[in-house]
Amino acid sequence: MTTRRRITSLLAAGLAATLMLSACGGSEEEGGPDAQGRTSIDMWVFAELHGTYYEAMAEAWNEKNPDKEIKLDVTVFPYDEMHNKLQLAVNSGKGLPDVVDIEVNKFSNFVTEDGRTPLADLSEAAEPYQEDIVQARMDLYAREGKQLGFPTHVGAQVAFYNVPLLEKAGVDYTTIETWDDFKAAGAKYNKATGKAFGVASTDTNIVQPLVMAQLGGNLFDEDGNVTVNSPEVVEAIELLQDMQKAGALSTIPGGSPDIEEAYGPINNGDYAAIVYPAWYTSRFVDYMPDLAGDIAIAPAPVIEGGEVATVGGGGTGTAVIDSSPDKEFAMEWLAFAKLSPEANVAVWEELGFDPVNMSVWEDKEVTHNPENKFNKYFRTNLFDVLNEVKGDIGHFESFENPNLPKVDEVFTTSTYNQIFGDGVPAKQALDQAQADLENQLK
Amino acid sequence: MVVVRRLLYSQKAAPYLFIAPFVITLLAFWLLPLARTFLLSTQEVVFGQAAFIGLDNYQRLWEDRLFWKAMFNSARYMVLTIALLIPIPLVLAALINSKIGSDRVKAVFKASMFVPALTSVVVAGIIFRLMFAETGTGLMNQIVGVFGLDPVRWLRIDTGGLIALLALAMWRWTGVNILYFLAGMQSIPEEYYEAATIDGASRLQQFFHITLPNLKPTIVYVTTISIYGGLAMFLESFMLYRGNSSPNDQGLTVIGYLYRRGIEQNDLGFASAVGVVLVVVIMAINLTFLTLSGTFKKESAR
Repeated sequence: MTTRRRITSLLAAGLAATLMLSACGGSEEEGGPDAQGRTSIDMWVFAELHGTYYEAMAEAWNEKNPDKEIKLDVTVFPYDEMHNKLQLAVNSGKGLPDVVDIEVNKFSNFVTEDGRTPLADLSEAAEPYQEDIVQARMDLYAREGKQLGFPTHVGAQVAFYNVPLLEKAGVDYTTIETWDDFKAAGAKYNKATGKAFGVASTDTNIVQPLVMAQLGGNLFDEDGNVTVNSPEVVEAIELLQDMQKAGALSTIPGGSPDIEEAYGPINNGDYAAIVYPAWYTSRFVDYMPDLAGDIAIAPAPVIEGGEVATVGGGGTGTAVIDSSPDKEFAMEWLAFAKLSPEANVAVWEELGFDPVNMSVWEDKEVTHNPENKFNKYFRTNLFDVLNEVKGDIGHFESFENPNLPKVDEVFTTSTYNQIFGDGVPAKQALDQAQADLENQLK
Repeated sequence: MVVVRRLLYSQKAAPYLFIAPFVITLLAFWLLPLARTFLLSTQEVVFGQAAFIGLDNYQRLWEDRLFWKAMFNSARYMVLTIALLIPIPLVLAALINSKIGSDRVKAVFKASMFVPALTSVVVAGIIFRLMFAETGTGLMNQIVGVFGLDPVRWLRIDTGGLIALLALAMWRWTGVNILYFLAGMQSIPEEYYEAATIDGASRLQQFFHITLPNLKPTIVYVTTISIYGGLAMFLESFMLYRGNSSPNDQGLTVIGYLYRRGIEQNDLGFASAVGVVLVVVIMAINLTFLTLSGTFKKESAR
């Protein structure tokens, strides 16, 4: 019988080995510094540019701290894949990185309503830098008194105008202040050229919240319940839909300005006005080289007598995993890499984002450096525009709600496609979104 | 060694030994996960901690518009793929099997029809996505343009997306189904046709009265796997729409919805309920179909 037992145990061992191989992809590490005194940190990001930036910040850290160097290992995944992978890792408790970039719309997936989370509290690490940081952006990633992530940028929404195209059609972008002006200018441009003016995004939820915030609206009520068909939200979407009907907004291949399919048409001059967060500068410089010297940055259109001039759009919260063996070290490095003044200068110079450390905004040497690739590309200076609206940058409270990811999903797959793609009246589409969400969240 | 020999020669034990690999695999990778899934569907899972909530997930599922939309999408896809992927390959297989045309041409045709089945869905999905691009330069839009029509926003309208999905399925599975039917046809004894020819039956009559009835087991088999394949379709839609989110959820399938709720939205309990319902639906349809087609009847009773 021994042989038989051996066969079965062999079979079982083989089976177990297969199971284990498929269960854990990476090796679990012990933590602490290695023989050379370097601490290994695994990091996941979903944008290649961010990866380059963190590597630069790891080098800067090593120069400053030769006694406790970091060995940063950045892995870049596609957006959905990274968040799904993190979700699975968090549920199984295996194969987690030490540090991870989480997009603002997904952030709430990693903390429950009662504050349970696999992410570490970063409050202490943030302490030394707290004063200069835009609090609203920190609040985005704070839950129940815990700071769970560090912001990357303010992402204040601005407008990008293609000046030569507008001039040809007799439109002066400097006169555009309100959405009404934008609509009139768009209608005029559309009539003169037959081409699209602005973009009606169907696949992202970035510009719509800007208008909602300007109108003082919110996607949730005071108790945090979904109210996506509240009067202000409906008004905001109707306003955008009216602009589309007037010819000032059009849908775009790919569904939003920030996607590969869209860069081509914008680069070709098929769209003349893009309202998007300040970080869109990097997309122009990287993906639309033909437009160098053509684009002017201006404040985003406002609502007359509206609540705020602009709000931050998009965002990435960088978090440390609570169960990481190198948690303390990772937190210290991350605070340096994201909140310190030198990091924030790099955020502008490398990424072209509007940094969360406001002291950088005032530093003319940095912001008006004529050698900077972003300053060379654009006709106007981003920081002139930002400082103009600085006191009026609002905060869209809905971004903190734990149910934002679900709202975002419904909006960007169904609701906005119905409204801007199929012309369904805004109220009707939003009512349906409300009904769907109420059932989902039951 | 003696033990092994005794085991292998034993009439009682040997059969079990030989089917053991299959049974173990079935238990470990099918029955166990299935039981676990059912258990999970009665729980709420948050960051690895599960709490029992009874049939709540099923109740939410019942009232969920998107689930029914996904169900409708999958069912529609299944019905249409069966409607296309049974008759067309059947006729093509009959042509290949007939004496018409040169054998060499037919061999090339057969091989080229089969090649798509060897490519990965991921690659195929990306290529089809590019072919059905909404810009005027996309392949399909250029074809449409030849007929003087405006560019179609293929993947943003319901029918356009459906056409793309069906085209992908046709391209990929026609060859495979042809092979199934060919194999079935080649096992039909030549004498039947000879006898029919002597009796003066036309080619068409032979096809309907000899080929089709003798091909029934193959057709039943292909239909059964197509029912499963159609309802469980996910990757094609996932690749075509570059992700799980399609405009208006026009490409959302049941598995896609399972993936969205479980993996993307961290509600594994609800996703398990979706999975359990899908298993029940597929089993119900297939068992009904197999019973009606007489597969379960004893050979002599047919």
